[in-house]
Parts: sequence; structure tokens; C-alpha cells
Amino acid sequence: MPNKLTPEQEMSRRTRRGFLALGTGAVVAAGGWEWINSGYQRGGDIPAPLRSMLRFNERVVRKALFSDGHLVKTYPASAIGELKENGDLGLPDDFDADDWNLEVTPRGGLPQTLTLDDIKALPRYEETFDFKCVEGWSTVTQFAGARLSDFTAKFAPGSEKAPYVAMSTADNGYYVGLDTPSAVHPQTLLAYQMNGEDLADEHGAPLRLAIPVKYGIKNIKRIARIAYVGTEPKDYWRERGYDFYAGL
Amino acid sequence: MKVLEEKHRLATRWCHWVNFPVLSAMIFSGMLIYWAYDPYRIGAGNVTLFHFFPDWFYNLTGINAQLARGMALHFALAWIFALNGIAYVIYTALSGEWRELLPEPKSFREAALVALHDMGFKVALPPQGRYNAAQRISYSAIVLMGGLSLVTGLAIYKPAQLHWLTAAVGGYEWARFEHFWLTMGYVGFFVIHIGQVIRAGWKNFRSMLTGYDLVEVKESASAE
Repeated sequence: MPNKLTPEQEMSRRTRRGFLALGTGAVVAAGGWEWINSGYQRGGDIPAPLRSMLRFNERVVRKALFSDGHLVKTYPASAIGELKENGDLGLPDDFDADDWNLEVTPRGGLPQTLTLDDIKALPRYEETFDFKCVEGWSTVTQFAGARLSDFTAKFAPGSEKAPYVAMSTADNGYYVGLDTPSAVHPQTLLAYQMNGEDLADEHGAPLRLAIPVKYGIKNIKRIARIAYVGTEPKDYWRERGYDFYAGL
Repeated sequence: MKVLEEKHRLATRWCHWVNFPVLSAMIFSGMLIYWAYDPYRIGAGNVTLFHFFPDWFYNLTGINAQLARGMALHFALAWIFALNGIAYVIYTALSGEWRELLPEPKSFREAALVALHDMGFKVALPPQGRYNAAQRISYSAIVLMGGLSLVTGLAIYKPAQLHWLTAAVGGYEWARFEHFWLTMGYVGFFVIHIGQVIRAGWKNFRSMLTGYDLVEVKESASAE
């Protein structure tokens, strides 16, 4: 071959090519970083590419992992810790338990009003699990109440087929959306007791959600409304950048 | 005369250079997550020598109060981190390069000699292949740590659906503890690695970029 490069020339050529590749890679990486962070403001929603990835992850997890038969680990009562009261959104001070009732709206149906006795009439279940906060800490806690699946079968029969469940407090100070498969998971409870006693006000008396397949942010306190709906419901922390599903 | 000698295969270099920014971004987003609950420290009882991390550090780096963003970044980039790492392990296993990477029984004694030598003591270095004994140990360890980060990370991410995995690494709280200290391990590795790369000089860096080095050979050996 004429004009064959000397080893030194060949090395220089490869070095130039190497730096070109490194520079291109750096530009691509910086561009990608810019793209997935574009428009982000502290405390606000996350950028669209990251939101898409959260949805993608949820689809993968739902398909590959999620099962009604996957139960979260339960603990003996001796393991119970003291659950921190981490949020008081939707829990105004002037609450009167006698005024409380629960409005349930089946999919495509009319709302009906229930009392705590209606829920206590359902079979009571107790479970002690590690309540996990999205912040990273966790506390073993016991909840007792009715299964949301039993509740749904009784007060909103057929609504198990609705893709989502929306729950909110009376003042709409807090609201969550749930995917129905997680909502009717056998360990999801409408709880009226915690650690062997009636729910304390700061833990959501008289009725809260205990959903161990989700982070604490989905365990809404003092539920006033439950609706089975067709589209993704408003969700307090979803609006502030968190994953809508927040599944464990 | 000099000839080109292949030092690092394209696959190795590709995985290495992809991993560098991705792992950096994983550490950054991991810190955004860790900030929300930061219990770890060096100390015992009431004595804390160092708390991870002090307020001045959070303020300086601006990583406070961005948990949601941290989680979203972490769970997006984890895909690249995992797939890149898995690709490297598969390549290294199938190509046979694991023979030059994994520590041998003698590596542990030799690594001590390498360490002494690098600290400035006059010690004769044993002969080496692509990697010296200390490199075999540290580069194998860093790959193993990557695997453990993936496993402990999944254990924290899906402790309900992957309950068996969470149990296997000691439970939810241990998984987070292990995940954190593995990350500190990367930071330690990074500091030493950069120091060693600077010490080793330009030719070494160039070989990680181009894959080749110019080496001197005797005329007779290269006669065509």
C-alpha cells in the first residue's frame, strides 16, 4: 500500500479521532442532561422526559412484577414503632367527628353517603407492615380496618374495572389518585384503627387509607370522598413532581 | 522502531466512558434523594465525627429540597447505568478478558507491593499483564460494587414486589445503608483513580481513549 502511515502518524490519527469521539460524547451527554432537566424549577413539576420515564418504569414494573399475590412483609406486634406525623394537609383543627361521612361514587354512578358504621360492618382485617415514607424512612405500624376490595364490591360493585380511584379530604386540602390494581390489592385497607387504638386526629381520624404497596404519600388521611374514575385523578404530590404511582 | 499495540478494546473503552457521566449523574441524583432523610454518620453513641452531610455542604452544592427531581433522574438514568454495566460484564466474560481482570491468588500479595511502590518505597514490581495486581483487585471490585448497587437499589425501589431481594440484602433499612456506602466507595475510588491516571501520564490516558499505545520493539521482531 503506498503512503502507508508510520506508527507515529497512525497513533496521531487515532488520538485525533479519540478526542473527536470524546468531545462528541461530551456534547451529547451535556445536551441530554440539558434536555431531561429543561424547564425544571425547584419545587415544581419534573420535566416531561423524566415524567415519561416514570410512566415507562411503571409499565415495566406492572407487567413484570406487580401481582395481587405479592404481599408486603408483615411483622409481629412487638416490632411496632412510633409513626411520625409527617403531614397535616387536609386536616383542619376544627374537625368534628360527628359531622364526618364518606361519599362514594361508583364509576358512572351516583354518589352515596356512608357512615363509619357502614365501613365497620365490613370484615375487619389487621396488618402490621413497614410504613415507608417517600423521604426514605420507615416505621413498622399496625393498621386495622376494612379491605378496600371488600368496600368496592359492596358499595361500588363493578367499579373494580375502573382504571383509577380518586380520594380526597373534605376541604380538598389533600387528594390522591390510585391505580385500581393497587387499590384492590388484598392488603389495602380503609383503616379506622392504628396500633391497637382508634385513629388519632393527626393520623387521619376517623378513616384513612393504609396501602402498603405505595409510599406514605398515597396513604391519605381523613378520607371524605372516594370515586372510581376513568382518567388519572388529580394527585397532590404528582403535581409537585413525584411519581403518580409511587409504588413499592 | 515503534509499533502500535492494542491496550483496551473498543467495548471496554465504550463502557468506561459511558459509565463516567452516568455514574456521576447517579451520584448527584442519589444525593438529592438522600438529603430528604440523611441519618448516616461516622461516629459511635453520642459522638459524631462526621455527619453525612453537614448543612454547609447542602447549601454549597444546592442539592437540598429536590427529592422529586432526584427520584425521577435516578430511576431514569439507572437504566443506562445497569444496561451499560451488564453489557461490560457480558463482554468481559465472553471475550475471555476476565482472565486479565479478575484477581489471582498471588494478586493480593502483589497488590501490597504495588501500593508500597506507588507510595514511594523502593520495591521491585512483579511482572504484570494488562493490569497490575492492585488494578485487578480494584477494577474487579468496582464492577462487583456496581452489581451490588443495582441489587440494593432495586431492593429499595420495589421492596414490596421484590420482597425476596430486599430480604436477601438484609431488609429495607440495610439496603439503603449498603447503597449509600457503596456510593461513598465510588467517590473514594474516583479520587484514587484520578490521582493514579495523572501519575501514569499521557500515554496511559491516550490508550484508554484510542485503545492503542506506541511501544518500542526490536527490529528483528517486527521484520516483515
